[in-house]
Amino acid sequence: MTDVAIDVRGLHKSFGPLEVLKGIDAQVNRGEVVCVIGPSGSGKSTLLRCVNLLEEPTAGSIFVDGVELTDPDADIDRARRRIGMVFQQFNLFTHLNVTENLTVAQIKVLGRGKDEALKIARHNLERVGLSEKAGAMPAQLSGGQQQRVAIARALSMDPDVMLFDEPTSALDPELVGDVLAVMKQLAAEGMTMMVVTHEMQFAREVADRVLFMDGGVIVEQGHPDSVIGKPSNERTRTFLARVLDPLHTR
Amino acid sequence: MTTVESTPAKTRMSPRKRAQYLRIVQYVLLVGILLALLLTADLAQVQDKFLKWDTFTAVLPQAGGALLNTILYTACGFALGFVLALLLALMKLGTVAINRWVATIYIEFFRGIPALLVFIVVGFGLPYAYPDYEFLDIGKVTIALGVVSSAYMAETLRAGIQAVPKGQVEAARALGMSPAKTMVTIVLPQAIKIVLPPLANELIALTKDSSLIFVIGLSPGQEELAQFGRTANGTYKGFTPMIVVGLCYLVITIPLSLLQRRLERGGMPTVTSHHGGK
Ligand SMILES: Nc1ncnc2c1ncn2[C@@H]1O[C@H](COP(=O)(O)OP(=O)(O)O)[C@@H](O)[C@H]1O
Ligand SMILES: [Mg+2]
Repeated sequence: MTDVAIDVRGLHKSFGPLEVLKGIDAQVNRGEVVCVIGPSGSGKSTLLRCVNLLEEPTAGSIFVDGVELTDPDADIDRARRRIGMVFQQFNLFTHLNVTENLTVAQIKVLGRGKDEALKIARHNLERVGLSEKAGAMPAQLSGGQQQRVAIARALSMDPDVMLFDEPTSALDPELVGDVLAVMKQLAAEGMTMMVVTHEMQFAREVADRVLFMDGGVIVEQGHPDSVIGKPSNERTRTFLARVLDPLHTR
Repeated sequence: MTTVESTPAKTRMSPRKRAQYLRIVQYVLLVGILLALLLTADLAQVQDKFLKWDTFTAVLPQAGGALLNTILYTACGFALGFVLALLLALMKLGTVAINRWVATIYIEFFRGIPALLVFIVVGFGLPYAYPDYEFLDIGKVTIALGVVSSAYMAETLRAGIQAVPKGQVEAARALGMSPAKTMVTIVLPQAIKIVLPPLANELIALTKDSSLIFVIGLSPGQEELAQFGRTANGTYKGFTPMIVVGLCYLVITIPLSLLQRRLERGGMPTVTSHHGGK
């Protein structure tokens, strides 16, 4: 097998007359962490959602682990088992408790037995530091705890790659750190990750590569030290100036 | 009097005194109307026709079977109605245009015509349409009540399904669940919980609609409350049996009403029923 875990080729996506992605080519190698940054509305979420076909691409192809998801005959549900996704709004199943959130897809999708699913759920809850919340309902948890449960839920499917769409953007500032810590740990364990984020510090520390998107295209990409540290493109510089120094104190 | 008036010149009553005064006027009016109705009515006649104690005590013990039949018919009709409604709601929310059309037409049609017509068509039309089949009373009743209630419940269920956050559907799909599995394990359990109060409401409405079964003409021993009451009215030459029947309906509907209120207080977001304010 190739070393490319996610391969996006010539991706276009339109919503009606609005073309949101205007030809994206991007690869994520196995074990690599790629952060996607860019202004709001530039198409970052749409790109991520095209990777697991939550959005149907208008043109272009998506390969994950060498399997073409955009092939009309592809078994999308099967492919999605290997692609974990974490949403900005957590999207926990509110009628199920924490443990059930982690076991339901293992049982219904992977066909695991209840005992095995429970064991895996416990292991992943421990990974995100929430073992004591096993029986809690989502509504009883803070945003940061809910997001960590959502990460554990995705991990319980043993995915090959993880997609994160602004996982900390809906959190109170003091809860962001816990979620980022879990993601850092995951990166250190060698997980292949594609992360849309506004956390520039996280991107600099953890990302192997950064993609800067604007207006539906990738404007600049490379090592975080160059894209975030010494951006060559004017649009990147403008964006970073706004994100890193919103009050224009410099 | 120690009322503090903001403007001493004001001669009008304070809002509190005014409200008190209005309340007294309402009580006086109500009592007056009741008295007028009672004094002008021929009470002896009324009692003879509607509240004859002998008839009451004679009819009450016989009503049990009819009461059970009303419960049975309503339950069967509700069960069929729920299944049809679920099917219709899924059709209406589905991606196949034909299904959406069929469901929409069905729902608008049966919400728009009086339930009585459905009973007449089912009671008399079915035996003509399928002469080779023998339709049992309970079969006809279940179909009629099921069809009547399904249209209302379909709209309620559709609203409940749509009230489940879309993000949870996406999360389920992202985990590899098929659309059907997502519907069954994630959406429906939450949707049904959301619509329990309006469903209880529909059950109350259906209990009362079951009184229309008389147009089908049930065989002896199969009568529900309304038909039982009509027969007994003839036997006892008066309407006292109807009072018994009315009480029997309340025996069913009041507990349901209490249940519904409890469900509503359950703190879940709710969707209002569409069954015209019954
Ligand atoms: N389902 C949709 N229907 C119509 N327009 C959409 C939809 N999803 C996203 N868009 C539009 O696509 C553009 C890019 O959105 P998005 O990918 O969410 O940007 P980002 O995540 O970078 O903020 C926005 O203009 C947004 O309004
Ligand atoms: Mg976004």
